[in-house]
Amino acid sequence: MSKNTAYKYGFSTEIAVDQVPKGLSEDVIRFISSKKQEPGWLLEFRLNAYEKWLKMAPPKWTDLDIPPIDFQDISYYSAPKSHDESKPKSLDELDPELIKTFERLGIPVSEQKRISGIAMDVVFDSVSVGTINQDLLEEHGVVFCSITEAIKTHPELIKKYLGSVVPAADNYFSALNAAVFTDGSFCYIPKGVKCPIDLSTYFRINAQDTGQFERTLLIADESSFVNYLEGCTAPQRDENQLHAAVVELVALDQAEIKYSTVQNWYSGDPQGRGGIYNFVTKRGICEGEGSKISWTQVESGSAITWKYPSCILKGNNSEGAFYSVALTHDHMQADTGTKMVHLGKNTKSTIISKGISADSSKNSYRGLVEIHPRATNSRNFSQCDSMLVGQKSRASTYPYIKVKNPSSTIEHEASTSKINEDQLFYLQSRGLDNEQAISMIVNGFCKDVFKELPLEFSVEAVKLIEMKLENSIG
Amino acid sequence: MNLFEVKNLSATIDSLEVLKSMDLKIGPGEVHAFMGPNGSGKSTFSKVVAGHPDYEVTSGEVLIESGFEMKNILDLEIYERAREGVFLGFQYPVSLPGLSNFDFLHLAFNTQCEHQGAAVLSRDEFETLVLAKMKTLKMDPYFLKRGVNQGFSGGEKKRNEILQMMILSPRLSILDEIDSGLDVDALQVVAAGVNSMRNCQHSVLLITHYQRLLDYIEPDFVHIFKDGKIVKSGDAKLALEVETKGYDWVTR
Repeated sequence: MSKNTAYKYGFSTEIAVDQVPKGLSEDVIRFISSKKQEPGWLLEFRLNAYEKWLKMAPPKWTDLDIPPIDFQDISYYSAPKSHDESKPKSLDELDPELIKTFERLGIPVSEQKRISGIAMDVVFDSVSVGTINQDLLEEHGVVFCSITEAIKTHPELIKKYLGSVVPAADNYFSALNAAVFTDGSFCYIPKGVKCPIDLSTYFRINAQDTGQFERTLLIADESSFVNYLEGCTAPQRDENQLHAAVVELVALDQAEIKYSTVQNWYSGDPQGRGGIYNFVTKRGICEGEGSKISWTQVESGSAITWKYPSCILKGNNSEGAFYSVALTHDHMQADTGTKMVHLGKNTKSTIISKGISADSSKNSYRGLVEIHPRATNSRNFSQCDSMLVGQKSRASTYPYIKVKNPSSTIEHEASTSKINEDQLFYLQSRGLDNEQAISMIVNGFCKDVFKELPLEFSVEAVKLIEMKLENSIG
Repeated sequence: MNLFEVKNLSATIDSLEVLKSMDLKIGPGEVHAFMGPNGSGKSTFSKVVAGHPDYEVTSGEVLIESGFEMKNILDLEIYERAREGVFLGFQYPVSLPGLSNFDFLHLAFNTQCEHQGAAVLSRDEFETLVLAKMKTLKMDPYFLKRGVNQGFSGGEKKRNEILQMMILSPRLSILDEIDSGLDVDALQVVAAGVNSMRNCQHSVLLITHYQRLLDYIEPDFVHIFKDGKIVKSGDAKLALEVETKGYDWVTR
């Protein structure tokens, strides 16, 4: 079984779409905004971002080898024809072709098959096609819907928080996203509410020659709690496709947000053709006293990953965490890590990063721990481990530490190891087959991250990593 | 019928011949010992039997009794040989960071149970079993929580090897320098572990440099290994003779 056929989400769906012609201009942005019937201030937000983006250049400070992207060769809006932006969505009216697609992806969207323990927003190309299990959330006052819908129903929250954590011009890709974002999820957890079920967004890129630019905004009000999961897949195509998302998290006093991602975009074929460029800006602010944000990610797909889920620890006694497993194989490239910015007193951050690179892939951890003068008694613990599989893979670690407060404690541990024949031989000589042996080794290596994932996700993640590595070690 | 037979076995590593037409027969319940100078191929032999990918077998057969027939294991995968009942106790066991010793032992045990068509044990049931075995080896229960061999001392690693042997109940255990790096107390504990498994279902091949181990585990046969094959065989007295006269005496 080649890795190419092993990507079981590589199929595409034949569906009539409403797609703007390729190209990026003010007109396209105006088109998107009017399509979504947005208020004037939001169009302004977009146009400002576009103006700034035009003056910016793609980041050059990574190890990534990114071929030039022709932004005029991308279509910035693609939605299934049956989709009507003006109506709140009901999944029961969903195009049967889409229902089939999501069932094939293992996402039960149809009424009878839904799982009760989870509420899910489903984003197909540029639009959210529906949100599952919304009713239960409404009983608790939790708002969970597409951002397009939220712009209409909760304009005050959108106006207050959109772009507040990741300003439009934060970086090249966030500026692009601010200009052309089409949809994404919005979530608000009211004061004191512990969200009764997990929230989830599933992203699917289907159409050809399009980019996906979604924007997610999640606000946890005082003393609330939410567990949020995110998954993504795309068809197997020879061309590269751009995914430039922005995720903003806001945690007020004593609130806690746990955000987990299993990223499995199509990574290209074994020769390095095709695959998704995953250029994502994710950032959370621990605005309130004692608030907590944790990012857990399993990055196992995409041709190129450029992603640094970060925490701004503004509230006193707030806590940020980043747990990451990044797997690269064949010609994949990943440059991922985090920023922990300690502003408040007694703030605490934890970074656990596990990189596995196989075949001819490149895998870098890049992280910044920044302790500001006011952040007395703040603490960071970082552990960055890399595992090399095979002779041609590369792993790098770039930990940056800036400390401007003498009462702070920083601990950093790093290691690089090879998955070696000796370990495999040892386990196999105890009667474990190749698959079991690899699974044991990888599990051991990633354990500290996997244990942060919700159980079902953790099982999936283990299987995913095993499947992808099997070909590289086999 | 023998439990284990090696016939005319030759093997190379990087086209260098390291085993040269060697023969060996081990009966059920017997304890054999390999002695011999450094680099004579004793450890190589153990790895070839277990199926280490670095070695290429160029001739011969390695047979184990299976259902009253002698079955050649050379075509089997490493794990299949293990499931047939071949156990290799490593001289230098690798460590597996992050993988809990308990999870590892439990999976290995249950995999073997499944292979034999026996019922698997739950975590609790297995814990009871493993704790009893650890008591024999005077191992602290804490070792179950640690990563496999992670931060273990030399002696702790050797005990952990014997623990695995006791749990997997192999039919042939090849113990490669299980005595090296052990103090007298640890040696006694390890030897007691091996002796507790001396029975007609289980044969043992000890690879050692020192007579000292054989004071605690008395062998039925001693073989002197040199230059890729057995050059002399005898009973326990042969080891004593080698101890006083050296290996040169054997091959002269």
